[in-house]
Amino acid sequence: MKLAIEVKGLTKTFGSFTAVNQVDMRIPENMVYGFLGPNGSGKTTAIRMMCGLLEPTAGEITVLGMQIPARTEAIRQQVGYMTQRFSMYGDLTVEQNLDFIGKIMGVTGKHLKRRKEEVKEQFNLQSFTSFLAGELSGGQKRRLALAAATIHKPRLLLLDEPTSEVDPNTRRDFWDQLFTMCDQGATILVTTHLMDEAERCHHLAIINDGIKVADGSPAALKSDLAAAIVEVKSPRPAQIKSHLHSLTPVISVTQVGMLLRVMVDPQLASPLEWLSKELASFVDVEIRTSSPSIEDVFVMATRKMSRDAEHGN
Amino acid sequence: MATNGLRASSIRTLAVCKKEVLHLVRDRLTFGMVVMIPLIQLVLFGYTINTDVRDVPAAVADSLENSFSRQLVMDLQASQVLDFRRTVHSPQELEQLIASGEVSAGVYIPPDAENRYYTGDRPYAQILIDGSDTVLAAAVTSLARFPFLPGGVVSNRSQAPGLSTRLLYNPEKRAALFTVPGLLGVILTMTMIMFTSIAIVRERERGNMELLIATPIKNIELMVGKITPYIGIGLVQVSIILFLGVLLFQIPVAGKLVSIFIACLIFILANLTLGLIISTLARNQLAAMQMFIFVFLPSMLLSGFMFPFVAMPKIAQQLAEVLPLTHFLRIIRGIILRNQPLSVVWEDLAFLLLFALFFLIISTIRFRKRLE
Repeated sequence: MKLAIEVKGLTKTFGSFTAVNQVDMRIPENMVYGFLGPNGSGKTTAIRMMCGLLEPTAGEITVLGMQIPARTEAIRQQVGYMTQRFSMYGDLTVEQNLDFIGKIMGVTGKHLKRRKEEVKEQFNLQSFTSFLAGELSGGQKRRLALAAATIHKPRLLLLDEPTSEVDPNTRRDFWDQLFTMCDQGATILVTTHLMDEAERCHHLAIINDGIKVADGSPAALKSDLAAAIVEVKSPRPAQIKSHLHSLTPVISVTQVGMLLRVMVDPQLASPLEWLSKELASFVDVEIRTSSPSIEDVFVMATRKMSRDAEHGN
Repeated sequence: MATNGLRASSIRTLAVCKKEVLHLVRDRLTFGMVVMIPLIQLVLFGYTINTDVRDVPAAVADSLENSFSRQLVMDLQASQVLDFRRTVHSPQELEQLIASGEVSAGVYIPPDAENRYYTGDRPYAQILIDGSDTVLAAAVTSLARFPFLPGGVVSNRSQAPGLSTRLLYNPEKRAALFTVPGLLGVILTMTMIMFTSIAIVRERERGNMELLIATPIKNIELMVGKITPYIGIGLVQVSIILFLGVLLFQIPVAGKLVSIFIACLIFILANLTLGLIISTLARNQLAAMQMFIFVFLPSMLLSGFMFPFVAMPKIAQQLAEVLPLTHFLRIIRGIILRNQPLSVVWEDLAFLLLFALFFLIISTIRFRKRLE
């Protein structure tokens, strides 16, 4: 299996703050690899180091078989990078932006003309060709940025929260396009803090406070979850919630409308029976087991770390 | 492979260049400034600021060579207005020295000066003055009433005879002749440094830089691409100023246009690279503007635009030699007012070229394709 990105012991500190802490990652070619973490967890810092925009404090990065920083310039010709903040030129039109980025990336002449048409069609930009980039809607801006990032047909795409500020329909289209590009041979690393997006990735790494806390395919991560999930339905979830919080085997409680998703210690012989007993005093309560979601994986992974930190102190 | 690399490089440089032009066309304010700054400043600066003039470099041609003439030279030197640096043998040589810009005034003492003095019917000596700098010329002209008493003896005459003075170049003492070429330099300094000093900072502030530095573009391509459009802008401004200068102030530029444009082109390059280095140093547009003022103010005050260069203290003169405007003023006044060919001012031109090259290299090295 060829690796698109290999990262060993990647660390970045800003003064006394450690943004990325000893991260190891192996991203195989030709897949959509998700990088899931809350805001400020170090995703952007990590991705910036992978395209040579920030110098790591420690660690090694190999991208497409080439080392950073020695081969950074060669790597840049084969990588498409989409920044979290919109970084196209707002006072240039869609066409002018694509033209500029194309030429900078080494796409020229007839080839550039063809590629511009292709990406405009692929990302549904034909009717906005002469619009100023700054006047586009959030979704259109994202599509333009992705079109620009792919104009030179990169082997590797680094996308930093590409779907923030985008409506659900646009987001679905966007992900369809990612999979199409993946089918055509590209490797895509995409950061997100959205669970439904994480669920769609072939492979997922979860990062929290600069530390990688979990790594695997979404299915494997869910089946390996060290907790049982029980759903509790009740007309008065608030009261039950506060009661559940007081019980030691309960790892976490999440409210979804009338429903409470309860994560319970898997060492309990029968979580369903145990919970029924605990909640016997409440009326109108329905209890059933459920399968874990990526959110459960995420909560578990980030929670485990903070508990470890408490033990450490 | 090498030619391929060169081709790719020029395509990237041209792409940056084209993008800058698009920004400029879109940005009405900047575009307006290109035209309005020369227009308004040229009309506003109809005057120069007067000041005391001292130590004007001068030469003397003494055809008398006796104690009378020696005392006259020493007394003139003691007035502190003139500083005699050269001694020559004829009035023609004096004119040559002034033409070359080596001295700004010359004193000719004829063989019968002593006789003329005591007869009192004709001026006993003549001062030739470079009239292109009006402030300086006015100060030297006042020497016509210089109270000279040979031998230090109190004369029995109520009125000592005078010195005659003659203005070379700009005999009408028109300040505009002196100011307009200077304004050419000041306006170019202002606009060129200002435009480029925000060129890179703006990309950083607007978030474009993160994208740009993640591409294979090379530092030198970015730098050259960024400043090239402004060369054209600068030359447009030069044309506007010269056109208005001729129209409003009758500046004599005929026959020297090629020299003027070559000198301006080199000066524009020096200012653009100075702006570029500011742009790589500054964190935001405000800081860039502060640094711009830091460079612009000394340029205005020390270059010889506001006050005669030769009259400034030594230390100020040395400081001013670092500023491109100082050298440009020497060049452009020489060309426009004294009809000098470019070969005479090659040292100043060479300084400006080296200045441009130096800062282009420094800013290319300084610019890091990193976010930190």
